[in-house]
Amino acid sequence: MPSKKTWSWKGPGLVLALVLVLGLAACTGALPQSTLHPISDFGRRIDDLFRRIFWFAVGVFVVVEGLLVYAVFRFRDRGGEGRPEPVHGSTRLEIAWTLAPAVILVLIAVPTIRTIFVVDNPPPAADNALPIDVIGHQWWWEFRYPTLGIVTADEMHVPVGRTVELHLTSKDVIHSFWVPRIGGKRDVVPGHDNFLWFAVDSAGEYPGQCAEFCGEEHALMRVLAIAQDSATFQAWADSQKPDGREPTDSMAIQGRQLVTNGICISCHTIRGTQAQGTIGPDLTHVGSRQTLVATVLPNTPENMFRWIHNPDSVKPGTKMKIPQLPDDQIRKIVAYLQSLK
Amino acid sequence: MATSEAALRAPMSGAHSHEGTYGGGIWSWITTVDHKRIGILYGLTALTFFVIGGIEALIIRLQLHGPNAGIVSPEVYNQLFTMHGTTMIFLAVMPLGAAFFNFLVPLQIGARDVAFPRLNAFSYWLFLFGGLFLYSSWFFQAPDGGWFGYANLTSLQYSPGLGIDFWFLGLQLLGLSSLVAALNFAITILNLRAPGMKLMRMPLFTWMTLVTSFLMVLAFPAITVGLTLLMMDRFFGADFYRVAAGGDVVLWQHLFWIFGHPEVYILILPAMGIVSEVIPTFSQKPLFGYPVVVYSGVLIGFIGFGVWAHHMFAVGLGPIANSVFSATTMIIAIPTGVKIFNWLATMWGGKIKVKVPFLFAFGFIIMFIIGGLSGVMHASPPADLQQTDSYFVVAHFHYVLFGGSVFGLFAGIYYWYPKITGKLMSETLGKWHFWLMLIGFNITFFPMHFLGLQGMPRRTYTYEPGLGFHDMNLAATVGSFLLAFSFLFFFWNFFRSLKTGDEAGDNPWNAATLEWSIPSPPPHYNFDTVPTVRSRDPLWAEDGYEKPPADHEPEMPAGSAWPICLAAGLLLLAIAAISSHLWLVGVSVLWIFIAAYGWSFQPVYR
Repeated sequence: MPSKKTWSWKGPGLVLALVLVLGLAACTGALPQSTLHPISDFGRRIDDLFRRIFWFAVGVFVVVEGLLVYAVFRFRDRGGEGRPEPVHGSTRLEIAWTLAPAVILVLIAVPTIRTIFVVDNPPPAADNALPIDVIGHQWWWEFRYPTLGIVTADEMHVPVGRTVELHLTSKDVIHSFWVPRIGGKRDVVPGHDNFLWFAVDSAGEYPGQCAEFCGEEHALMRVLAIAQDSATFQAWADSQKPDGREPTDSMAIQGRQLVTNGICISCHTIRGTQAQGTIGPDLTHVGSRQTLVATVLPNTPENMFRWIHNPDSVKPGTKMKIPQLPDDQIRKIVAYLQSLK
Repeated sequence: MATSEAALRAPMSGAHSHEGTYGGGIWSWITTVDHKRIGILYGLTALTFFVIGGIEALIIRLQLHGPNAGIVSPEVYNQLFTMHGTTMIFLAVMPLGAAFFNFLVPLQIGARDVAFPRLNAFSYWLFLFGGLFLYSSWFFQAPDGGWFGYANLTSLQYSPGLGIDFWFLGLQLLGLSSLVAALNFAITILNLRAPGMKLMRMPLFTWMTLVTSFLMVLAFPAITVGLTLLMMDRFFGADFYRVAAGGDVVLWQHLFWIFGHPEVYILILPAMGIVSEVIPTFSQKPLFGYPVVVYSGVLIGFIGFGVWAHHMFAVGLGPIANSVFSATTMIIAIPTGVKIFNWLATMWGGKIKVKVPFLFAFGFIIMFIIGGLSGVMHASPPADLQQTDSYFVVAHFHYVLFGGSVFGLFAGIYYWYPKITGKLMSETLGKWHFWLMLIGFNITFFPMHFLGLQGMPRRTYTYEPGLGFHDMNLAATVGSFLLAFSFLFFFWNFFRSLKTGDEAGDNPWNAATLEWSIPSPPPHYNFDTVPTVRSRDPLWAEDGYEKPPADHEPEMPAGSAWPICLAAGLLLLAIAAISSHLWLVGVSVLWIFIAAYGWSFQPVYR
C-alpha cells in the first residue's frame, strides 16, 4: 500500500527542519522592534516572565507531542486478529492529568499575578518621574512634556535612568502605544486615561508603532523613542522650549509669510507666530526632528517637499488635505520649516 | 405521489439509489426541509466561502511578501483582512460546523429529522442571504474595520460610507440564523433522542453540538446588542460609542468579547467532537474517559463565558481585572488538556488504522497543542502586553482555528463523506492533501510567532525594510500558496469520488455510532423504525441496539417555500436599511409578515 510509505519521518522531519532554520534566521540580523531585547525595567520584567512561561510550554510541547507521535507508531495496526482491549477509562489517570497541568499553571500564575501588580501600578519612583502626555491622532503621535513646556510629535525623547510616566489619551479613535524594546503596549483610548511607567537603561533609538488598528494608515503610524543620557536630554529640552526661531534668509522669510498667511495655521502651531492650530503636529521645532510623517521619512528638505507637494502620495488617506501648491512656494515653505531648529 | 413513494421504497429494498435522498429538481432543494439536504447545502456554501476567504488571505500574503509592496492599496488591504476574518468565522468555519450538526445529529441520536425542519431550512437560507449581502459590499464599499470592528473607528465620523453598514447588517442576519439554528439543535438533542439514547450514551459529536448550541444561544445576544447600539449610532445619531457625548468605546469591547470568546469555542468544540469520534473509530477502541471528555467540553463551555477580558489586557482595566481574567483563562487550559490526554489514551493500546480521517484528526491534536500553548502565554497579561495585536496572536489563533478547527472539520469531511455520498474518497489523494496542508500550514503560520516577537503588529498593510520582518513574511507567503495548493487535491478528490469512488456500504470504517447502522446515503427518513439503544457504542457492543422490522414507510414533512420567503424578507429589510428607503422597509416588513403567516398556516404533512 503506497499509503503506508507516506507515513514516515519525512513530513514531521521537514517541518522540524524548517522550524529550526526559521528559528535560527530569527536570531540574526537587526531587529529594532524585538520584544526579546528589552532595554527598560518594564520590558525586562515582561521578558523574564515570558521566558519562564516559554520553557514550560516547550516542556509540555515535547512531552505531549512526543507521546502522541510515539502512540501512533507504537500502536499502529499491523494486521493480526482480534480487537484491542476496550479500555473505558481510569479515574487515577484522569486525576493525574488534571493535576499535572494545574500545577504547571500555578507555577505560571503566581509570577504572572506578581508581575501584573508591578507593571499595572505606579512604581515607587513614580513621584520623581518625568511625566509625558502621549496623545494619539490618526495617524501620528503627539508628545507633551507638561513640566518642561515642550510639545513635539512622533519622536519621544526620554532621559536614560529616570522613570518616565506616560499619560496616554486619544484625540480620535483607539490607538495602542508600543515601543517593543521598552516594553508592552498600552491602549490609547478616547475618553480614558491610561498610564505606563518605565525607566530606559541604555541610550539609543528605539522604533515602535501603533498596535491597535486605527484606520487606513494604521501601518504607518510609527513612533521613535530616543533615549539620551541626562545631559543630552537636558540640552534637547532646552532647545525645544523657546518659540519658533525667526528666519534670516530670504527664502525662509518668504516661507514664513506663506505659512502664516496660508491654510497651514488652521491645523499647525508654530509658537511665536499666528499659527496656533491644534489638529496637526506642532511645528515649532520641526527642523530639529530626525524624521517626518510619523517617522516614516527622514527629515530632509527633499522629503519635506515631497510630503507638502502631495501628502496623499506618501501616506494615502492622510488627514492633511491641502490644495496643490506651486513648487516655488513649497520650496520657500520647506526652507522656513527646516530653519525651525 | 407515486414518485416519492417509489423513492421511499427504494432504499428499503437494499439496492437504494441516491434519488430517494438527493433526487428531484432544483425546486425540491429550494423547498427542502430534510436535515441531510440542508446539511449538504450548508457544507457546500461554507466550502465556497472558505475558498473565497482563502483567496482574500492569499492577496494579503502577496501584499506582505516584502517591505513596501504595492499589490493593493491600504484601503483595499484593510477591507481584505476584515472580510477574510469575517468570512472564515461566520461564513466558513461556523457553517461548516452547522453542516455537520445538520447532517449528523439526527442520525446519531436515532431521529428522522430535527425538531423544527422548516426553521432549519430558514436558518440555512438566512445564512446564505447574510453571506451574499455581506459580499455584495465589494460592489459598493467593503467594510474595513476588522472582524471585531472596534468602536469608535466604526462610527460615521471615522468610517463614513456603506462599508460598516454592510458589516453590521450582514452580521445581524447571520447572527439570527445562528441563533435559530442553535435553538433548533438544542431542542432536537434534548427531545428527539431514540429510546435508550440517554445523554451519557450520546456520541461525543452530538454532545459537543449540544454544548455549542447553548454557547450560541447565550453568546449571540451580546453581539446583537452591541451591533444594535452601533446601528443606533450610525443610523439614528445615538451616542452609545461617541466619547464627546459621554459614550464609552470600551463598552463595545466588552459586548463584543462576551460574544467573541465563546465564539472561539463555538468554532473549536464541534471539531473536538469530530476528533472524539474519529480517534476511537480508527483506534478500534472506545473513547477513553467518555464522561470526562463530555464534562470537560461542558466545562470549557461554562468557563468560556468568564474569560472575555483576556482580549483586553492592554486596555487598562487595572491589576485586579487583569489578574482575575488571567486566572480564569489559565483554568480553561485544564479541561482542554484533559481532552488531549484522553485522546492519547484512546490511541494507547489500540490498533490504529492510519487513514485520512485519522491523519486529519491527529493533525488537529498536534497543531491545536501549539495554539493552546501560545494561548497560555497570552493568558499571562504582562506577556500578553507584548503579544496582543502582534503577529504572535495571528499565529496563535490560526493554530487554534486552522490547525484546530479546520483540520478537525476536514477530518469530519473525510470521515463522513462515505455516509453522506455513499462513496469512498481516494486515500492517496487524501494523504497528499493532508501532508501538503500540514507542511504549508506550518510554513505559513509558524514564522508569524517570530514576526510577532520581533515587533510586527497585525493589520498593517506594509512594513519597512529596516525592521527585519522580510524573511519570515516571505516564508509565510510561500507557505500560504503551498497551503492553497493542497486544497486542489481535496477538491479533486471530493468531486472525482462522487463519480468514481468505491461504494462505501453502511459502515466502511467499522465505527460504533448509530449513523453507521443505516445505508449510505441514508434514506430520506433516516430510520424506517426507531431503534432502541442499549450502549454508548451501539454498533460495537453485543446487543448494542435493537431495531424492529419496518412494516410501513414513515411519512416525512413536506417541503415548503415559506422558509426561503421569510429569509428573503429579512434580506430585503437589510437592503432597505442600507439604501435608506423607508417605503422599502414597509414592503419588507409586510413581506416578512405574509411569509410568517403563510408558514404558520401551512400544514406540515401533505
